[in-house]
Order: sequence, then structure tokens, then C-alpha cells
Amino acid sequence: MLTLTVNGRPHRVDADPATPLLYVLRNDLGLNGAKFGCGLGQCGACTVMVDGHAVFACLVPISVLPGRDVMTIEGLGSEEDPSPLQHAFVEEQAAQCGYCIAGMIMRAQALLEHNPSPSEEEIRRHMSPNLCRCGTHMRILRAIKRASQGTRFADADSEKRVVR
Amino acid sequence: MRRRIEPAVTRRHVLVGGGALIVSFALAPSSRLLAQDAGAAGPVPADPPLPGGLKMASNLDAWIRIDKTGAITVFTGKAELGQGIKTALRQVAAEELMVDFEHINLVTADTARTPNEGYTAGSHSMQDSGTAILNATAQVRELLIAAAASRLGVPVAQLSVRNGVVAAADGRSLGYAELASDEALGVTAKARSKLRDPTAYTVIGRSIERVDIPAKVTGGSAYLQDLRLPGMVHARVVRPPAYGARLAALDSGPVAAMPGIVKVVRDGSYLAVIAEQEFQAVAAMASLAAAAEWGGGAKLPSQSEIYPYLQSLPAQDDVILDRRQPMPAAERTLEVEYRRPFQLHGSIGPSCAIAQYADDALTVWTHSQGVFPLRKALAQLVNLAPDKVHCMHVEGSGCYGHNGADDAAADAALIAMAFPGPPVRVQWMREQEHMFEPFGPVMIANVRASLASDGTVVDWQYEVRSNTHSTRPGGAGDLMPSWFLAKPLAPTTPKPIPQPEGGGDRNAIPLYSFPNARVVHHFVPSMPLRVSALRSLGAYMNIFAIESFVDELAAAAGLDPVAFRLAHLDDARARDVVRTAAERFGWSNPAVLPRRHGKGFAFARYKNLAAYAAIAAEVAVEHETGAVRVLRVVAAVDSGQAVNPDGIRNQIEGGIVQSTSWTLHEAVTFEADRITSVDWSGYPILRFPAVPGSIEVHVIDRPGEPYLGTGEAAQGPTAAALANAVADATKTRLRELPLTRQRIKAAIGI
Amino acid sequence: MRAVSVALGAALLIALAAAAFLVWAARPAIAPIEPPSPADFSADLVDKGAQLAAIGDCAGCHTNSDGSPYAGGVALPTPFGSIYGTNITPDPDTGIGSWSRVAFARAMREGIDRRGRHLYPAFPYDHFNKLADGDIDAIYAFLMTREPVRATSPPNRLVFPLNARIVAAAWKLLFLRPARSEPRSDKSDPWNRGAYLVEGLGHCGACHTPRNILGAEEPQKALAGGEQEGWIAPSLDQDSPAPIHWTEESLFAYLRVGSDRLHGVAAGPMTSVVRHLRPALDEDVRAMAVYIASTMGEPAPERRSREEEIFASLPKGGSADAIATAEPAGSAADAAPTGAQIFAATCSGCHTNRSSRPLGGRPLVLQTAVALASPRNLIEIILHGIEPAESEPGEMMPGFADVLTDKQIAELAAYVRSRFSDGPAWSNIEDVVRGIRNGR
Repeated sequence: MLTLTVNGRPHRVDADPATPLLYVLRNDLGLNGAKFGCGLGQCGACTVMVDGHAVFACLVPISVLPGRDVMTIEGLGSEEDPSPLQHAFVEEQAAQCGYCIAGMIMRAQALLEHNPSPSEEEIRRHMSPNLCRCGTHMRILRAIKRASQGTRFADADSEKRVVR
Repeated sequence: MRRRIEPAVTRRHVLVGGGALIVSFALAPSSRLLAQDAGAAGPVPADPPLPGGLKMASNLDAWIRIDKTGAITVFTGKAELGQGIKTALRQVAAEELMVDFEHINLVTADTARTPNEGYTAGSHSMQDSGTAILNATAQVRELLIAAAASRLGVPVAQLSVRNGVVAAADGRSLGYAELASDEALGVTAKARSKLRDPTAYTVIGRSIERVDIPAKVTGGSAYLQDLRLPGMVHARVVRPPAYGARLAALDSGPVAAMPGIVKVVRDGSYLAVIAEQEFQAVAAMASLAAAAEWGGGAKLPSQSEIYPYLQSLPAQDDVILDRRQPMPAAERTLEVEYRRPFQLHGSIGPSCAIAQYADDALTVWTHSQGVFPLRKALAQLVNLAPDKVHCMHVEGSGCYGHNGADDAAADAALIAMAFPGPPVRVQWMREQEHMFEPFGPVMIANVRASLASDGTVVDWQYEVRSNTHSTRPGGAGDLMPSWFLAKPLAPTTPKPIPQPEGGGDRNAIPLYSFPNARVVHHFVPSMPLRVSALRSLGAYMNIFAIESFVDELAAAAGLDPVAFRLAHLDDARARDVVRTAAERFGWSNPAVLPRRHGKGFAFARYKNLAAYAAIAAEVAVEHETGAVRVLRVVAAVDSGQAVNPDGIRNQIEGGIVQSTSWTLHEAVTFEADRITSVDWSGYPILRFPAVPGSIEVHVIDRPGEPYLGTGEAAQGPTAAALANAVADATKTRLRELPLTRQRIKAAIGI
Repeated sequence: MRAVSVALGAALLIALAAAAFLVWAARPAIAPIEPPSPADFSADLVDKGAQLAAIGDCAGCHTNSDGSPYAGGVALPTPFGSIYGTNITPDPDTGIGSWSRVAFARAMREGIDRRGRHLYPAFPYDHFNKLADGDIDAIYAFLMTREPVRATSPPNRLVFPLNARIVAAAWKLLFLRPARSEPRSDKSDPWNRGAYLVEGLGHCGACHTPRNILGAEEPQKALAGGEQEGWIAPSLDQDSPAPIHWTEESLFAYLRVGSDRLHGVAAGPMTSVVRHLRPALDEDVRAMAVYIASTMGEPAPERRSREEEIFASLPKGGSADAIATAEPAGSAADAAPTGAQIFAATCSGCHTNRSSRPLGGRPLVLQTAVALASPRNLIEIILHGIEPAESEPGEMMPGFADVLTDKQIAELAAYVRSRFSDGPAWSNIEDVVRGIRNGR
């Protein structure tokens, strides 16, 4: 039995200590955000935050995590009450299939917590470990910038954004 | 707590019992299944033809149902693949039913519930299902108004509709819920509908936010991978190290004794393991893989000789265009060859499926693009009657064509049959997806054209050589796991997909007005590597080749590439996208680009019958390394009536980025005995630092015009625009994809 | 009185020596020239220059990762502070556009720039002084035909008194030996070519030869192993720590593509060396492989038998041992249970022998980083991973600096060492992790 702190709450987990965090999050804690993508640390679909750093949940055994803060996308906000970054992703409609998006948001969150106003260059470099196959990159970049600026930025295409 | 299987027959009673607008639920027989890229064109429907997907399921109640509470449910046989149809189809229904967008519920591809619309492929979602729902909902609205007229004793013309309520001038009104209970409304669709005036649209044409995104950005249950059914167990498969290798020896005893292991499943060379916990299954899979000894295996051709090898394979030739007219004498002739390697779908989430065999019936949750064809193939695979197999689409990771989804469903089915009772979840590992998904096929295009002295193209000869672009099921033998069984099944004999859509020859016919033109499709049945439909099929290559060559001709004629295109283009809508993209890009801007920068242009109408797309790109090529930076891309697209302009932009943007990755970087690698590009390190795709600096998409709306499929429209033009821009920057033409920095450096020299 | 005169005499001698040194050290400027036109150089000469510049890894110090080729700005950390690679594009103001061929050759051989200033020996003129005239001409032709870029590197940040360039002159007086070795008639042509390239232009010893306290290579310990940017540059002589001895074939593969089936992946400072080497001719790379294989020599019998054991543990036909779970993998897991758990979740996916990977990923039993006497390289790799060139196929490993603590990395390294090497356990690993994190 290990105790993991996930999204601010302690969880008793009965699993092999060598189990990667990803499987515990998904199957033991019922959290959907972190996804299996490669199991190799090459795609970032499983990205979560540990003590404020973006990490690959598929490669971290739960044995190293007691006493540390794990944050998943579920901890940022909800559909009803999204975090500023989640809200920015909705505003920019920054998803197609969306499979990579939870990982993208968590990696971006880690950036913004350390650097609230990153440059385009810094965002691109920081986001490099995470892959998207639908080609949503431009929108993801815009969403991160939007969240970093903390304001709705004027967009020539703003007429297109009709709130339901 | 198990899910019950709901065959259509049972459901009919359920729906009638629920007071729905359902009288019969006659779906089209499967022989009329529309297989956009399978070439299974059904019999020609009776005259006059019903619009869009109504041809597949002609009863209005197959598409729409309104229950006693007024809840409106729309059914589509198409699946959400990330292209946004869950939103766009609701918009269409809300518009014609004249209700708020939020009032529409939508059920997507499910063999027990929705019309059979074949595959969600070929950019047909809006053309087929969107058109069907547009007409079905319009006809239902008119039926409801007629029913209200009769009940209220008021002429139809004096009734108004507002948000699901039909009102008379005197204030009396009836809601859809009350009207829909009138059994007289269950009817067959008519060929013509009274459609709303596009200028009065309030829902169509708006960039409504996608309904699926909030869950996707907050960790809601959004994917098949997220389903956790009660009692579910986890399975992993063990694949051979190479195509065709057979399991020679295996001691599975130690694995069976590992913690949590429920069962080791073996049938000939088919091998899988079931465990209580997912990571137990992963660990057991690795142990099984280590314990397994394999023999044999197919010998693959040499990668460096793959193009001569393709040329050497026997082909079936089909002349798909032969146009001859007297023309002025040719002044000069150009002849070149273009090449495209095997490329991956590369879904970010490896394929997944859940299957449950209980009560002599099989239920399958799948992210297949075609639940109905899959049901047929699975029934054959596990030897059940098709009505004992229920396939439900649940969203998976984006697929971009025929990836491992159907095969994973076959894995789940085979394993569930071997372990009846609980739901069995299977997810592939990354290397399994990379190695065993069907690749986009290798292709060669040979093109020759002649110019008159004024720069007119007086002759155009184009030959494209390719494997098939669809090995979708089909039969059970098209499901890859069936190849490893003790009694292995054989895939269906590959067939070309006929024109006008085409497979390897998709978009092989140029849209330009070349008076003398001949286009030949050399269909190569023999396949050294497993291949199938990859987003846009042969169009990616053919547009790359045609639009590269058009630039070469323009250069030979000393003409501007955009002017040269316009000079050979009659289609007014084609001319519009070309002009729009050129203007918004600033194509004619006389300012000279910086040294080693280049601009490129390309255009195509996808399949010559779907969306029009023109793309202009500016790149910079680093001389020392050959590395390409895509600085900006400007696109113009005409998708007919734009239902959700931002959805169109999203698809085109995504297509541009994905095609940029294909075009600059991607090729499957292989050695004599195996595929070697088995993960993202061996098959790198675009990462953030390398994505274009900016992408602008301009949507040309055509109110009231038919929907034109958009999802694949950017793939080909992007490839050619980039190749043309690289040629402009380096003054060197590259004709083999991908345009890697090594190839560019080798071409430009020291 | 006698003492006074000795002291005076000594002072006089010192003064005379100092004066002589200053006279010797003072070098004239060479007149600037108009930048030559690219047309002044034959294409063949430029091609040859490109191949040679690759072997010299000019880009390694003169091309910044996000800057223009050969425009300088690369920080080179040394024990004495940071030196910045200069702009060697033919820009006349900020690059070497105004350098004549003579000025260029003097810089290469004597470490003196066109204006007569002494260059620090971070620029390996102690190797380049072995270059044949024709090769210097070719490299000059190559550089003078590059795109001129206007870019000024940051000023060097060196500790006093090294920030005075006269110190570089003194260093040369002590350590720079004119050295043009003659070909050895008892060796093959490729060996002689390899010796010329490895000792000269390739300046392999700059990293792989130990340096004395003043930063000069110890000539009697050529290629005996050194350090660079915190990484161990393993010895390239008979003491090579590679678990499987290097051969001409394996060295060629490693230098050509950055990895070899029976060895590791080029990492750390070697990554860019291999990447920049790509334009070099196969025959030159092979010659270097021939020469280095000969400096390593034939393996001793006991080494051979150890290699047989390692081969026996490797997969046959593409399958082998499974993902290690938390179950103890023998004594290694008993010794480092946390390390074993981390290994199972973090490393085993690639580093045990899964059937779908050529040779089963990268078996750690073959890795020099695991076999070295010091854990530095392994820890560097665990912390920072291995990154392939952008958008190119290549080995890739994420770094774990952000998720594993110093202690956890130490435990992992200890486990890997005890499971995959027969060398003695490493000591003070955690201190090494902390040191690397703190830039030590």
C-alpha cells in the first residue's frame, strides 16, 4: 500500500510499486486525462505534473511518488469550472481528435507556472516532447499564448467564435 | 451489470413503446452499403435519387426521433473521428428543425441504432450524412407542421415555427413532442425537401464551439480507451517479429503463473494474454514475447530499391482519361518521375477495443470507421450470425484512414470468444501499431507534357503506379489477427477503387483544361508491405506530382505559376480559391523574398468532386544543412455551404500541418526481415519547433450549395506547395518524398 | 653580497627571458583583404573543404544550435571559464572575410588571428598544426564560400589572469610543438590516413586525452581518456572500457550513424561530433576507424571470454528477457530494490529485449556508460536523455531530471551498474548526481 497525493487529495493505492503512474491514475483512480500513447516517453500523451514539473506518467513508478504532488488535468478544473488554460483551449477550439490534448495542457501548465509570459519560441521548445497527429499545433500555441496573456486577445476572426 | 445486446428487431418495440416517431426501422440492405474508398459502389438507386445518405436508409425515422418529452435525437451512421461532425450534424438538424442547437441529441455509428452509412471516410461525412440529415429534418419539420395544421384546423401557410413549437396566429400552439406522437409521421423520405432559405440560416454557417471539446480538455470520459466496464479484464497481444512469421515454440507456463494472469490465449500463431490489471497484462505480454520463438517470415524488398521493385511488379492498366484534340505543335517536352514512400497513419493512441461474449452474442466497442462492415467481418471471424454481433462506435484517437482500429476489434473479439463472460479490453502497444497498421502505399507517377510556344500545355501524359488504397474489411481475412490463427484466413483479393473517386488514381486526372490528355492507372495487386487507406489516398501523391509538374511547366514557359494555373483553369470556383489564396498570401507582391527563401503554390479539388483548396507557402531553406523552415501558409477553401466555418478551418489547418510532416519527414523504414520504424524515434513526425510559423485559412462560403467534403482537401496541395517553395528557394527540383534535409542538401550541393 | 648578485642575475635573466618572450609573442597583423569571391575557388576544392570541415567539426564550436551556420556564439565551458566560438563566415567585419589564406593558415597552425592576437587553445591548433597545406587550402575555400553572416560572439569570460591573451602565448611556449608526423611505411594507407585525421584535423585527443593542470594534453597519454563538459570521454587505447571490444566495423558504424549494434549511442558532446561528421567521405571515416581500432588493439583472452558471456545473454532471433517487474531480478534487485522498481517502470520498455526492436532496444549490458569506472555519463543520460536531430530518425530517450530525485537516480544507477556490469559498485553516486545538477 502506497499513499499518493493526486490533485491535492491522498489516495491509498494497492498496486505493485513498480507500476507506472499512468495505469494507477487511469484504472485505480478512474482518471481519464492521462493517456497511453507510446509507453516510451516519446509522445507526451500521458503527461501529468509532479511537483510542478511536466513528466511522462507512463515512465514513473508509483514507488517514487509518496510525499510528492501529482496533478492531472482533472485537478486543473472541470467542464463547469475550467481553469484559465482549459478555458483558453476551448476558446481556441484547440482540439481535433483531442487524444493528445490533456497531455498538452499539462505540459503547458507546467510552463506557465514557471514562466507566466513565455515567448513563442519558448512555448514551442517547451512543448516539443508532446506529439499531435491531427495537426492542431497552431491552435494549441494560440491557446497557451491566450492563457499566458490572461486576456482574450483581439482576433481578426473573432466573429467566428459564437458561444453556445 | 452487463450491457444487453440490442438487436434492431428488439429495439423497434422499445422505440415504439417509448412513443417515438418510429414506425419502422428499415435500414438498407448491406449490399447497398456505401463504401467510399472500398469501391463497393452499390446498385444505382431508383429514380429520382434520394439526397446524400438517404439513399442508404430511406426512412425518416432511421435518422430522427422525437420522444414524448420533446427530446430530439438524430442518428448518423458516420463516426466522430475528430473532424467535428458531432457538432456540424447537430447544426444541420437544428437549422431545419428550427430548434436551438442544444436541443439536438446525436447518436453516431452503432449497428443496433443508426443507419448503415458504410465507412466514415473519403471526406463524406457532410456530403452523405449531412445531406441526409438536412433533408430528413426538413421533411420531418414539414410533416410536423402539416400535422399541426390538421390538428389546429389552420392552413399551413398561417403557421409559424419557433424553437420546436408550431404556432397559429391566434396564439394556439403545439410542440413537436405532441405532434411527433402522431403515427402518421412515419414515412419514407422524398427526393425533394422544402429546405430553409440559406439567407435565413441561424445555426448553419456559425462557428459553434464543438460539443466534444469541453470533456476532452477536462479529462471527461471521451474515448473508447476511457471506458471501464464492470468486471472488465485487460488483454495484450503478442505479435510476430515480422510479417508471416509463425510461432515455432512457446512455454507459456511461467507467464500463466504471473500475478493477476487470467488466461494465455493461443490459436496457432495467434497469441494474447488476459490479466486482471492492465499493467499485469503488459508485463505478461513482454514475458510471453520473450518466451516465444518464431520462425519463417516474409522477405521484404530492399528499401533503397523499392521504386524499381514497384515498377517490376505486374500491373493491371486502366486508361482513366483519354482526351484528344488537334493542338498547335509542341515546342518543348518535359518528362519526369515523382515518388512517394510508405507512410504511417500514426495515431497517437494505439488502437483499442472492448469485446464481450455473453449470452451467445458478441458486443464490440470499437473506434473503427465502419461498424457495419466490421460487424460482418467479425461475424465471419468468430463464426456468429451477423445479428449476434453488435458493434458500437466510441471515439478513439484520430485515425486518418484505415489504421489498426478494425484489427484491434478483431483481437478483442477473438480473445473475448476464448474467455466468455466479462468485457475484455485490448490496447495495442506503440510498436505494434507502428509495425502492423496498414501503411499508405508506395507510389510512382510518370508524367510527360509538351508546351506550345505561347506556354499552352498541348499534351499531357500521366501514369500512376500503386498498390491498392483499401484493404478494409471486407471479409474476416482482411482483419490482420486472422492471419495468425491455426487456420489462417486470407485477405480479399485487392481491387482498384473505381473512378470518379479512385484509389491510387484519386485526383490523377488534372482539373486543368488540357485538350490532349491521357491518364493511366497501373494498379499493382501484389503488396510487399501491408497497405490501405491513408487520408486522401492516392490524391496526396497525384496532387503532389501534378502540381509540382505544373510549376515545372510554368518555369519552362517562363510564366508565373499562379497565372499559368489560371490560364489552364475554367472552373469558376477553382479560379476563386486560386485567386483568393494568391491575394491573401500576397503572391504578386513585388518585394523580393530574402535569400534562400522561396514561395510555392498548389491547387486541387479533392477527388475532382469535393472541396476546392488552394495553398500558398513560404519556406526558408538553410543552405548548410538543407533544413526547411515553413514560415507561413495561406489557404483558401470552398466547401460549398459552410456549416461550421471554424470546423472547416480546423480541418484544413490540421491537414496542412499533417501533410507538412508527411512531406518533409516521413517514410516507413524496413529491412529484409522486418519493419524497422517501430516507434516515434524511428518514424519521427513534426514536433512543435518545426511546425509552420503561421497558417491562415480563408473559407469561401457558398450558401445553399451542396456540402463538399473537406477533411482530406489540404493533403495534396500542401505537399506540392512545399515542394514548389523548396524548388523556388533552392533552384533545385526534388521529386521524391519526403523532402528531407539530407535529400535537399544532396541536391543543392556544398 | 653574493646573494644579491645572484638575485640580480636571476632578475636580469628573468627580465631578459620576459623580453625575449614578449618579442617572440608579439605577432604582426596580416593585412586585411577584400573577401574573395566564391568563384575564386574550384568546386572540387570547396567539396574537399566541406568533407574536411566535417572531420574537424568546425560547426561544433562555431555553429550555435539556434544560430546561423559558422556564425559563432557557441559557449565552450572550460575549467577556466567560458570561451565563445567565433564567427568564421566570410563576413569581413565580424567574421573572417578579410583573412587571407596566409592569415587563415597561421591561425590554424599557430593559434594567432589575423590581427596578431593569440588564440586560446580551446581552438585546437595543437592538432591543426599537423594539417597539410592542401587541406588548409580546402577548408579555407569551404569557409570563404559560406554565406557571410554578420554576428559577433559574446566576449569570453575567463578567470584572471587567463583573460589576458598573453597567457595563451605562454601556454604555447610550454606546450605547442610543431608536429608534422611522417607516414609510417609499416602501416597501411588507411591507417596512415586515419592517424593523420585522428591526431590532426579530427582532434580526437582534445576530449579523449587527459589534460594537465594547465589544460594541455599529456602527450605520453594520447587517447587514454579525458573529460569534456562534465562527460567522461572514454579511452580509445587498449584500456577502452567498452563491454564488447571495438572493431573497425563497429567504429565505422558509430562514427557514421551515431550508434552501433554492439555499443552505445553517441551522447553528450559526441552527439554533435557525429552529426557534423556526416559530410565526411566514407573512406576517411573508415580510415579513422582503422586507426582507432589499432590504438585499442586486440582484446586479451579474459576480455574475450567475458564478451562471450555477454553475447550469450543477448537475445537470439529477436526475443529475450522480459520486462523486469518488481520481482527481484537476482541480487541486483535485492541490493537496490527502489532502483529495480524504477528500472521496471522507467527503463525496461526500451532496454530489455522486446521482440519488435532491432536487437531488442539498447541492451544496457553493452553500454560503455554502464561499464565506466565513473557513473557520470550514465547519470548525465538519465538526467537529460538523448535527443535525436530534429525531425530525423534516431535514438531517443527522455530525461528524468524533473521527476527522479538525486537519491532515486543514484539508486537506479546503482541497480543498473550491479545488474548490467561486472565492474565494482560505484560510490558516492548521489554526490555525483547533485554535482551534475549544480553544474559541477
